[in-house]
Amino acid sequence: MDLTLAIAILVTVVGASTPILIAALGELVVERSGVLNLGVEGMMLIGAIAGFVVQFHTGNPYLALLAGAAAGVMASLIFGFLTLSLSANQTATGLALTIFGTGFSALAGSSYSARPVTLMQPLFPVELATHPIGKVLFGYAFPIYFSFIMVVAIWYFLHKTRAGLILRAVGENDQSAHSIGYSVTGVRYLAVMFGGAMAGIAGACFPLLLTPQWAERMTAGRGWIAVALVVFASWKPFRLLAGAYLFGLVMTMELYAKAGGGPLSVIPSEVWAAMPYLATIAVLVLISIRRDASTNAPACLGKPFLPAN
Amino acid sequence: MPYRLELTGITKRFPGVLANDNVSFAVKPGEIHALLGENGAGKSTLVKMIYGIMQPDAGEIRWDGQVVNIANPKDARRLGVGMVFQHFSLFEALTVFENIALGMDAKIPPRELEARIRAVMTKYGLLLDPHRTVATLSVGERQRIEIVRALLLDPKLLIMDEPTSVLTPQEVEALFVVLRLLAQQGCSILYISHKLHEIKALCDTATILRAGKLVDTCDPREETSRSMAEKMIGAGLRDIVRSEGRTMGLPKLVVSRLSTHKTGHFDVPVNDVSFSVRAGEIFGIAGVAGNGQNALLDALSGEIVSDDKDAVTLDGNPLGLLGTTKRRKRGLCAVPEERNGHAAVGDFTLSDNSVLTARDRLGMVIMGLLNSGAAKTYTGRVIADFAVKALGPASTAGSLSGGNLQKFIMGREILQKPSVLVVSQPTWGVDAGAAAAIHQALVDLAAAGSAIVVISQDLDELLALSDTLAVINMGQLSASRAVGDVSVEEIGLLMGGVHQSVEASDAVPA
Repeated sequence: MDLTLAIAILVTVVGASTPILIAALGELVVERSGVLNLGVEGMMLIGAIAGFVVQFHTGNPYLALLAGAAAGVMASLIFGFLTLSLSANQTATGLALTIFGTGFSALAGSSYSARPVTLMQPLFPVELATHPIGKVLFGYAFPIYFSFIMVVAIWYFLHKTRAGLILRAVGENDQSAHSIGYSVTGVRYLAVMFGGAMAGIAGACFPLLLTPQWAERMTAGRGWIAVALVVFASWKPFRLLAGAYLFGLVMTMELYAKAGGGPLSVIPSEVWAAMPYLATIAVLVLISIRRDASTNAPACLGKPFLPAN
Repeated sequence: MPYRLELTGITKRFPGVLANDNVSFAVKPGEIHALLGENGAGKSTLVKMIYGIMQPDAGEIRWDGQVVNIANPKDARRLGVGMVFQHFSLFEALTVFENIALGMDAKIPPRELEARIRAVMTKYGLLLDPHRTVATLSVGERQRIEIVRALLLDPKLLIMDEPTSVLTPQEVEALFVVLRLLAQQGCSILYISHKLHEIKALCDTATILRAGKLVDTCDPREETSRSMAEKMIGAGLRDIVRSEGRTMGLPKLVVSRLSTHKTGHFDVPVNDVSFSVRAGEIFGIAGVAGNGQNALLDALSGEIVSDDKDAVTLDGNPLGLLGTTKRRKRGLCAVPEERNGHAAVGDFTLSDNSVLTARDRLGMVIMGLLNSGAAKTYTGRVIADFAVKALGPASTAGSLSGGNLQKFIMGREILQKPSVLVVSQPTWGVDAGAAAAIHQALVDLAAAGSAIVVISQDLDELLALSDTLAVINMGQLSASRAVGDVSVEEIGLLMGGVHQSVEASDAVPA
């Protein structure tokens, strides 16, 4: 395998991994606050159509990302209102949000089918990306750098700031946090909105980075992979980075196998396509087997908060 | 000098209850003041108003002579009120340092906060590693976090809500040293407890509440435990009545070389535990929480099934391989420590909760169909005999207060007349009158020929109740001793894990 092919594969892996990573980072923060939002896939689709529409009409990809984030926040607020203000079941509400997002995005996107947009351009000048090493380092669009910055920023926020400590405390023991005087519901609303913004940005990455047109269900289950990844990463940002790239790599293998090149095509591309989902199931099974060995799960994950007095 | 805290005519009303009725008392600077009363006497409500969690409907609170309005706990902390709750508000997955930082209102740089934490710990001898995770700490150590957290705010009044219920006698002594030192430096302490001998040993003044009203303010050093208890319950205290000429029968429950496997990260298994309990005997197991009591109870009740059929035998019949239902059928009933969710299902009615444990022994299921009439009659009997405050058999278990649910659960098992009863914390959170009733019921059950195992952290209870006593420490059970031959000091040392001081002749040479 020559260097150019290796670099081409690497660049594809980065592209495939980024939306998963961004969405999973958002969900990680949400879950650390004790809320399980299974609506990531739905929020991504809503972010994808919002991003697509803005890119189509303005051609400004940064505006498109912002629109994706804003749409994701709006979708997450539906979830937040039902689960945090009305104490609805989080699992059921999250599933409903995904179904809603799928339908809503399909409806909103129906008049845009088969109409192309321009892809987001690399952040740095092309001259920097001419050399192969330069291409690996400087050849990407903004969201890729954003995802890396967010890994560090979220780690720093959770472990080095007071606000992050409060967020973890709320996810760990909501009653105690309440009795000390922190607003459990307020903290969780902010976390859920952050998760919505990240899922929306992740969704907008699909038309901006991967396929420059609107396609129904274009996120293709990546939101579910993001949810599984958070568990796989034991709620730790750097493990999430590793996990996202592992899944990105497997997904890229599928593309190359489909293209019929080299040793990968020994295994049918359908098997490769199924691989990320099989890996997700395997990971979840493995983790539930060794549940006792401190899986690091936030103790209040998925439980509605009702103040005792 | 003005009083540090002065309450005048404090009244608080809840729907249907007058929790505090015109209560007045005052605390001097540097005074250790006891607040005494049974469950539901209104102590917690009163303290919650001082700490700003609730507001009084009438009356005034003066602080250093000034009338104050304490709107929330933040206001209280600003005045200089610190509180150590009975149920710790700690975050298990976080470190000691993080837990303390969360409780601070002011934003202090981490390095400075750590220095201040270490300074307070050294000053009061409350040693702990600030970077340990709370989940790895004992209950006594967890309490130290709460105390350090309160002391960091330089409180002028420290409220302690039943602080010793989970400590060993030695830990209690160490706590008292800290509290006396604090009082010497001018900090007032409001000390809530059921344990009257502790109040005699520690407090300068005692205010006694009964049914929301102030009964008396007295000097506990001039009272006897009995006289204070009688003021609390407003009647003469009933002693445990033991029938004359009681004789123990043959060994009924025999446990030999019982061990369990470690299941969870923080679980303490039992290791090679052997003892036997005769018919008519009450066998007490003392020990600090988290030393394998839960595993022992589960292994006896059948929640954990043994590998060895002879590890647990009843009248010579092996029970080791049987689960809870089969053990119950053969006459071994058990009451676990956790009332809500383990001993009872909160969302079920009391009647349904009776069916859960009594169905086989009392024929509440016929051909797979529930005999709800029988369940209702039996539940009604439990409610009447054990003075459970509930609307009736159709009330849900979750609607009962902790003490009342405990009475119901104890009654449900005792009235089944099991030949062996294993109970954990039989009077946890139950007031003096009800505790005496539960104790009497256990003694009567033993007198009728049952063998009883009582696992408790309350030494006074075990000394009053048991015929024989052993101590569990790190999953191992000490040799059994007749209650008359053993001193509180010896038991305290065993609870702390010092084995050699007792029964040196039993020690195996290394």
